[in-house]
Amino acid sequence: MKKFTTLQSSAVLLVNENIDTDQIIPARFLKATDREGFGMNLFRDWKFHKNGEINEEFALNDPSYSGSILVAGNNFGCGSSREHAAWALSDYGFKVIVSSFFADIFKGNALNNGLLPVQVSEVFLKTLFQKIKDNPKTEIEIHLINQNISIKGTALSENFEIDPYKKTCLVNGYDDIDFLVASINKIEAFETKHQY
Amino acid sequence: MKKTLFDKVWDAHVVDSIENGPQVLYIDNHLIHEVTSPQAFKELEDRGIPILRPEQIVATADHNIPTTNQHEPIKDRLSRKQLDELTSNCHKNGITLYELGHKNNGIVHVIAPELGITQPGKTIVCGDSHTSTHGAFGAIAFGIGTSQVAQVFASQCLLLSKPKSLRVTVNGTLKKGVLPKDVILYIIAKLGTNAGTGYFCEYAGDVFKNMSMEGRMTVCNMSIEMGARGGMIAPDDITFDYVKGREFAPTGDEFDKKVAIWKTLPSDRGATFNQEYHFEAADIEPMITYGTNPGMGIKITGKIPENITDDSAKKSLAYMGFEQGESLINKPINFVFIGSCTNSRIEDFRIAAGFIKGKKKAKNVTAWLVPGSKKVESQIISEGLKDIFDEAGFELRQPGCSACLAMNDDKIPQGEYCVSTSNRNFEGRQGQGSRTILSSPLVAAATAIEGKIIDITKHLS
Repeated sequence: MKKFTTLQSSAVLLVNENIDTDQIIPARFLKATDREGFGMNLFRDWKFHKNGEINEEFALNDPSYSGSILVAGNNFGCGSSREHAAWALSDYGFKVIVSSFFADIFKGNALNNGLLPVQVSEVFLKTLFQKIKDNPKTEIEIHLINQNISIKGTALSENFEIDPYKKTCLVNGYDDIDFLVASINKIEAFETKHQY
Repeated sequence: MKKTLFDKVWDAHVVDSIENGPQVLYIDNHLIHEVTSPQAFKELEDRGIPILRPEQIVATADHNIPTTNQHEPIKDRLSRKQLDELTSNCHKNGITLYELGHKNNGIVHVIAPELGITQPGKTIVCGDSHTSTHGAFGAIAFGIGTSQVAQVFASQCLLLSKPKSLRVTVNGTLKKGVLPKDVILYIIAKLGTNAGTGYFCEYAGDVFKNMSMEGRMTVCNMSIEMGARGGMIAPDDITFDYVKGREFAPTGDEFDKKVAIWKTLPSDRGATFNQEYHFEAADIEPMITYGTNPGMGIKITGKIPENITDDSAKKSLAYMGFEQGESLINKPINFVFIGSCTNSRIEDFRIAAGFIKGKKKAKNVTAWLVPGSKKVESQIISEGLKDIFDEAGFELRQPGCSACLAMNDDKIPQGEYCVSTSNRNFEGRQGQGSRTILSSPLVAAATAIEGKIIDITKHLS
């Protein structure tokens, strides 16, 4: 897994709430058997109309937005457990997703792929929405060690929570398999007394 | 210390705890399917890590399979490749596979209980969010991502922080025509789609105590639609009777020993939950959804809320083509789908057949019935339900996930409404531009007969 410590970037704004993983990557694109290439179909049915024409109104098609941070409405990533959603966001180039709430499975999938979910307060999210709407070039800085998100050129910032173990994994580029495989002796010892 | 059902099962599976971090949780059964497993097999292969306990894994092909002519080679090249990979990965690693056409094949959350793999007190995972279904037996069961599938392959364990506890109690007696699906749609409509996030939910009270195992599965199945990773119901005699005699269930003395252990699992009297909600059975009516998440539900005779100001909800109504304050009674419907891991078990088809018997579907309706497994399919035939469906003009297809997620060719056309017994009404879930209205199998059957949404309560004898 790639290491993550800090990031400064402009952001793409997607104000919708309850964005489910079916929107992030529709089921018909889940037939691939590797992890690459999902970015081209990220938000496919919002990016394009059914007739194949580009939906100019959709944020990802708006040339004024850019950057590797996605700022999205409450309860991001609900629904299906498909990790393809995290792969698609990463493959497209996003490194951080900011929202006021994340669905559990998506959050875990993102963290397992070095894609950082930053959960902020609803007030801070509204501030971010406004600042980015006013100036789409607004730079946002994420500092994982300090667990802080700030809006450049302003005094606006907020600390965010992250599981300390997951933080260590991201900062060092470890993943859970490394840890679990190193625990095999303990697991086998557990199995000898475990009845199921 | 008084413990909840969830605490008891969780604590019995903790291998190790990391200071200020997650715990290592042992997984008893790992269910896999063709869509979320190939990248996990590849990851282990690339890293040179063997699969630790292949005998604790069961595989089925369900998400991406056709529901007609299953004996023929699959036409879609990518679907075929995905299924071929599942077969070769299972063969290479000594994993039991119920492939297309096998007598045990079917939707993963239908076959595991049917085969007796799902048992009280177990931990069960699968790369599918509706794994919560198995909690109906008093198991800890939840959906995982593909990286976690790889972790379980490598270690039979997951690194997890213990979720908080939530209990939803529904007491009283359900009204006629109110089914388990209505109960869970009601709960989600009341609590919203993220009330359960970070929690494991126990369902308690008269309504669940008196529910069949299949009904309990329908309820636990949709726990994820309110954000809860899993749902659980205390195991009791109904549970033990269901498990007894199934292929993977313990037998003889071993079964009795297990039952003695399973009887200790229900939450201790006085155990505390981080969050509790109470509802009355008498307040629950047959439900339908009007929006693009499962929390947007109303009683079938109700009206879509007025004064909606929130942009996401407005966008949702615009997608559905509905107005604020509108009633959906008499809304013409051209597609009906009875199937999915929520409602594709034999009881669901018995309920549908009970209503349909002697009637004909409306001419405008395409009605698909998709059994959850080969076993359910044979039951439909042997109980004579197929004849009822055939005479009424319904199409009985072969088992699979089908139009619940429309990964195969079973898609609802652009702009069309589908009254569906599945679990998600997200935009485009049943095909690009499709509009899903979630309901019980009874409401779905009645919609197909009438060609429009009706007040089912007036049609019950």
